[in-house]
Amino acid sequence: MAERIDSDEPTVRLEMHGVCKRFGATVALEDVGIKVAAGQVLALVGENGAGKSTLMKVCSGAVKADSGQMWLDGAPYQPGNPLEARRAGVAMIYQELSLTPHLSVQENIMLGMEPATLGVVHRREVRRRAIEAIKEFDNPELTPDARVSKLSVGSQQLVEIARALAIGCRVLVLDEPTSSLTQQDVERLFELIGRLKRQGKAIVYISHFIEEVKRVADRVTVLRDGKVVGSSDVAAITTDEIIALMVGRQVEELYPRSARKAGEVILEIEDLAGVEKPESASLQLRRGEVLGIAGLVGAGRTELLRSLFGLESVRKGRIRLGVYTGPASPVRRWMQGAGILSEDRKEEGLALSLSVADNVTLSKLRGFGPLGLVLPSRQDRATQRWIERLGIRCRGPRQSVSSLSGGNQQRVALARLLQHDVEVLLLDEPTRGIDVAAKAMIYKLIDALASGSAAEGRAPKAVLMVSSYLPELMGVCDRVAVMCRGRLGLTHPIDEVDEHKLMLEATGQEASA
Amino acid sequence: MSDKQLAPAEKEVFGSNWRNWLNTLGSVLALAAVYGLFVLIAPPSFATARNLEMIARQTTIVGVAALGMTLVIISGGIDLSVGSIVALSTVVIAWLLQYAGVGPLTAALGGVAAAAFFGLVSGLLITRLRVVPFIVTLGMMLVVRGAAKGIGREQKIDVDPERLRWLEELLASLPKERSWMLLPPGVWLLIFLAVAVAALLRYTRLGRHTFAIGSNEQTARLCGVAVERVKVLVFTLCGAFAGLAGLMQFSRLTVGDPTVAVGLELNVIAAVVIGGGSLGGGEGSILGTLVGALIMTVIASGCTQRGLPNWVQEIITGAIIVVAVALDRLRHRRAV
Repeated sequence: MAERIDSDEPTVRLEMHGVCKRFGATVALEDVGIKVAAGQVLALVGENGAGKSTLMKVCSGAVKADSGQMWLDGAPYQPGNPLEARRAGVAMIYQELSLTPHLSVQENIMLGMEPATLGVVHRREVRRRAIEAIKEFDNPELTPDARVSKLSVGSQQLVEIARALAIGCRVLVLDEPTSSLTQQDVERLFELIGRLKRQGKAIVYISHFIEEVKRVADRVTVLRDGKVVGSSDVAAITTDEIIALMVGRQVEELYPRSARKAGEVILEIEDLAGVEKPESASLQLRRGEVLGIAGLVGAGRTELLRSLFGLESVRKGRIRLGVYTGPASPVRRWMQGAGILSEDRKEEGLALSLSVADNVTLSKLRGFGPLGLVLPSRQDRATQRWIERLGIRCRGPRQSVSSLSGGNQQRVALARLLQHDVEVLLLDEPTRGIDVAAKAMIYKLIDALASGSAAEGRAPKAVLMVSSYLPELMGVCDRVAVMCRGRLGLTHPIDEVDEHKLMLEATGQEASA
Repeated sequence: MSDKQLAPAEKEVFGSNWRNWLNTLGSVLALAAVYGLFVLIAPPSFATARNLEMIARQTTIVGVAALGMTLVIISGGIDLSVGSIVALSTVVIAWLLQYAGVGPLTAALGGVAAAAFFGLVSGLLITRLRVVPFIVTLGMMLVVRGAAKGIGREQKIDVDPERLRWLEELLASLPKERSWMLLPPGVWLLIFLAVAVAALLRYTRLGRHTFAIGSNEQTARLCGVAVERVKVLVFTLCGAFAGLAGLMQFSRLTVGDPTVAVGLELNVIAAVVIGGGSLGGGEGSILGTLVGALIMTVIASGCTQRGLPNWVQEIITGAIIVVAVALDRLRHRRAV
C-alpha cells in the first residue's frame, strides 16, 4: 500500500494526468486527467464519442496514449497491454463480456492463471479460489460448475468481475455495466459496488445514465469531445448541471430544422409483436416528418425496426407500408420503397471487404447496364455522386470500405438508402460512434430528406429513427415515442416533452399518459 | 482534414485498378517463375510446345472443377464432394453410353445433370438445415461416392470403343490434320467457361451477390439479397462444373470409374487458394484460380521430367500452398 500523502484526503489510488490520444485525424483525448481514491467510485460521464471508453482503455492497457502519465498507488504505471494492467491491479469490465461460454464458472474465473505444476492444473485449488471469489456475490445462480452460457447476462457480468477480483485487482473499471441488465441485476450490482468500496477498491464507473451516477458514485468527471469539462463531488452537483456540461452549448447549430410539412401516412403499424420483442408497438409515420424512438438499450427498439423490415419474424399485429400490407422479406421491403440503416455497421451494415461502390449499390444492382448486366464503370459513376454529395473521404469508389473511418463508413451506409431512393428510411442509431462532423452532416441530411429540400420536385421522405441519445432525438425529430420493455408508448410532439420526461418514461417510472 | 478538394476520381480509380492488376500479375509472375525454374533444371523436353500442350491438358480436369469451387469459396463456402462428383459423373456417362445406348452428347449432359443434382442437394441441405458447408459436403462426399459405386455395382464400367466417338478426343493430343486447333477441345472448353464465369462474377447480379454474401452475409441479407437462393445456385453450379470435370476425366480414361479422383477436391481447393481465394469468403478470381491450377501442374510435370520422385512433388506442392497464402495475407496487410 502506498503511504498517505495527506491525512485529510483518502489515498489516491489511480491518477491519470495529461493524457492525449489521436486516431488519425480525430482527437479522442486531449490533456485529460482524473483521480480516483481508494474506496471511492468515480463516475465518468459524457456523450457517445466523448472519450470515456478510450480513456479507460488507456488506463487498462488496451490502447496506448500518445502522451500523458499514470500513477497507481503513487508508483508510475505504464501498462503495455491488458494483461500487464491486470497484473498491476487494474481491470476493465467491458459492455461486451469476454467469457468463454462453453466453460464453467470456475474455469472462466481462473482462465489464464490456473495454478499448475508442469502444466497440470490443480483442480481443487482452482475450485477453492473460484468459490472464494464468487461467495461475495451471494447469487444462487452462480455455482462453480455452472456453464457460463446458461447464466443470465447479469450473472455473467459477475463472473467477469469475479475474475478481476481473483487476480487481486485494486482498480475496477466498469464500462456501461447496466446497459443490458434487468432491474434486479442492477440492484445486485450496486450492492456489490458498495461492498467493493468498503474493501478499499477504487472503481471507475462509465455511464451516460445520470440517475445511476447520482446513486452509485462519489465523484463525477464529465468529458466532452475528448476534454474534461468538469469534475465535482456528486453531492454538490445537480442532474441538470451534469447534462449541461455533457451537451455543451452548440445544440442549435448542430440540428438544422427547415420547414417540414407532414403529408399522408406512409407507414402504419398496429399492435406489432415480434418473437420476443417488441411486445406491442403501434405508430403512424407520415411523409415529411422525422419520428424518433427513444428508450434504453434492450428495450426492443432495434427489434421493432428489424421486424418491420422482415429481418426478424412478426408474431402478430398489422403493418402497412404505402399500399402494401402485412409482413414482408427484406427483398420486398426494398422494392416497396423502404430502406434500413443497421445499428451495427461492422457486423451487419457494411460488407467491409467490398468496395464503396459495391456497398452503395448492393441493394439495387439494376440499371447499371444492358440485359441486367452490372457494369462496374456505371456503379462507380453513381457512387461518385454520393461520394461528392456526402463528402465521403476515400480514394475513389473502388476503395474497400474497411479502410475508411467510422464516420465515412456511416456515410457509405446512408448513401445506399439514397442511391436506392427509398421513401421510408428506418435509421437505427445513425450517429453511433462517429465524429461530430459526420454527425452534423447526418442531421442536416435527415432534415433535408424530411423537408423535401434534398430532391427538387419530389415528395419529402419519411424517417423513423431509433436513438439512445436524447439530445439528438430532441434536435432532429418532429415527434417522439418511447419504448420500454418491449412496449412502445404514445407518440408525443417534440415540443411537449423534454429529456427528463423521456428518460422517466424509458425507465418505466412514468407510464405514457 | 487536409485535402478539402476531392481528388479527381478517374485518376484514383486508375490507381486502385493498377494495384488490382499488380495483384493478379503477382500470381502470373509466380507461375512464370516456377516455369522458368524448371526450364533451367529440367531436361530440354520440358520447354517444348508439346509439353506445354500436355500441361494444359493435365490442368483441365482440376481447372474446370476449380471454376465452380471458386464461386463457392467466394460465397464463403467450401465443397468437399467435388472428387466424388467427378467419379459419379464418369460412372453415369459410362452407364448411359453402355447400357442406355444413348449418344455421346446425351450421355455427357446426363453426367453433368447428375452432378448438378448433387450440388443442388448440398445447397439445399446447407440453406434449409442451416448446417455449415464443410459438414454437409463432407457427408455428400461419402454419399456421392457410394452412389457412384452403387451405379457401377462396385466395378468400373467399360464402354465399347465404338460408342465413345468424340468423347474420346476431348483431352487427347491433337492429330496432325487438326493441329490448327492448337489445343484439344477440352482445353478450349475450359478457356471458354473460364471467361464466362469471370464475366458472371464481374458483370452480373449473381456474381456481385456472391461476393457480397462471402464478404458479409448479414449485410447481403439486409440489402435484400436472396441469400439462400444464391447459395443453392452456387452449389448447383459447382456440382455442374465438377460434372464437366468428370466428363474430361471420362474422356481421358474412357471408363466409368467410381474410385477415381479420390482427394481431387483438395487439389481443386488448393488451386483456388493459391490463386488468391480466401476461405473466409468475399475474395477470389478466376484468373487467379487458373494460374493456381497451372502452377500445380507445372510443378508436377517439371518434377516428373527432372526425374524427381513423387514424394518430392508432394512436398513442393504442399509448401507452395502455404507460401502462396502467406504471401497473400502479407500483401493484404500492407494494402490496408
